[in-house]
Amino acid sequence: MTWDWSYAGDLVGPLLGGLRLTIAATALGYVLALALGLVWAILRRSPNVVLNQAVRWVIEFIRSTPLLVQLVFLFYALPTTGIQFSAFWTGVIGLGVHYSTYISEVYRAGIENVPRGQWEACTALNLPRSRVWFAVVLPQAIRKVIPTLGNYLIALFKDSPLLLVITVPEVMRVAYTEGGKSGFLEPFTVTAALFVIVSVLSSILIRRLEGRYAII
Amino acid sequence: MSEIINSPLLWKGAVVTLQLTLYSAVLALILAFFFGLLGSSRHGWARAIGRFYVEFFRGLPALVLMFWFFYSLPLVGIRFETMVAGVLALGLNYGAYGAEVVRGSINAVPTAQYEATVALNMLPRQRMWRVLLPQAVPLMLPPFGNLLIELLKATAIVSLITISDLMFRAQQLRASTGKGTEVFLVVLVMYFVMAQILQLLIRYLERRSERILGRRPRRRAATAIAGTTGTGSLSGVGGEGS
Repeated sequence: MTWDWSYAGDLVGPLLGGLRLTIAATALGYVLALALGLVWAILRRSPNVVLNQAVRWVIEFIRSTPLLVQLVFLFYALPTTGIQFSAFWTGVIGLGVHYSTYISEVYRAGIENVPRGQWEACTALNLPRSRVWFAVVLPQAIRKVIPTLGNYLIALFKDSPLLLVITVPEVMRVAYTEGGKSGFLEPFTVTAALFVIVSVLSSILIRRLEGRYAII
Repeated sequence: MSEIINSPLLWKGAVVTLQLTLYSAVLALILAFFFGLLGSSRHGWARAIGRFYVEFFRGLPALVLMFWFFYSLPLVGIRFETMVAGVLALGLNYGAYGAEVVRGSINAVPTAQYEATVALNMLPRQRMWRVLLPQAVPLMLPPFGNLLIELLKATAIVSLITISDLMFRAQQLRASTGKGTEVFLVVLVMYFVMAQILQLLIRYLERRSERILGRRPRRRAATAIAGTTGTGSLSGVGGEGS
């Protein structure tokens, strides 16, 4: 069997359709990860030792177990809660929760880098806790970690093909079904090319961001 | 629950997972040093090769690469054993992350050390083996440790090309018992325990290497390489190695 250009050309349409879903899952998962990661990071700074340690071990557990297993676990476990999630949303939750643990560490490092004087100034000004976090600490903390956050977006994107195991018709699953009809050579090669192109382009973009935000 | 924990399937699977981790780690380590040293070479062409390898294989998900080896290459006459396809995909992928660690660590050795080797008229080979690498390797250990844990987790994907690792056995057990939630919860705990044991081993190695060099042991790993798939170090950002 040799490479067939016309077959490869026909594949681009359906594969780009799959890529749309991949990107949607990536974007939604990332938003969830950013939000949940912030919750973890703030809880980790709680003075309550029990809460603090509980959150620490939950993060450690989620972070040191494979995303693939977590996705399949969610696929079977979520319906037992009584709420029906579609495969797509199960995937978004899985990606989001998994990456929130990485992202919480990024936030944590950013928060630790905020000078102590800022906290003390907040106390001196008698600011309420919500303003301390959202008006003073986080704007300074997040600015510095934007490039690192960007790297995790790329990492999340590259983990999204795992959603194929829970039957989400993202790009890899499309390639798999197409390949089942008329040969696996072209579908997987075109998919691989798509991934390399998107990853390399986005890593160039991140490097630009780094230039803008990292050095203040 | 007890039928799941007592099932020999999961234990057999765990052994295969550890084997896979070991083989891919060895391959990744070799590739990491080869391309990392190329990447820190004085010659532009060597750096270009190193750069290309890193950008290409870092941008490609291990799953896509593995499927390509397993399903696509046999169609053009290149056939691998299943295990080889899995190890090759994981090794090439993590080798790229590792190469960045090697390159970053060599660059992180103080410039004065390099200048001293020039002043002493050492050969390029001697500079690398006697001065730069011995100081760079301890810097590599913490990020390598993180990558090893990432690799352990990444091996779960080989279940999709029918290698009977822990994840594959879990699917089998689910099919025979019908208890998806319980089986995968047990499997998650097993992965967690394996990762924690690896973590302890890595910490031990780090402490030893620091002692050999006569440095004070640091409380925490100082380097996290920006851009690796979730370099899960507790140290967070840093990114000084890249």
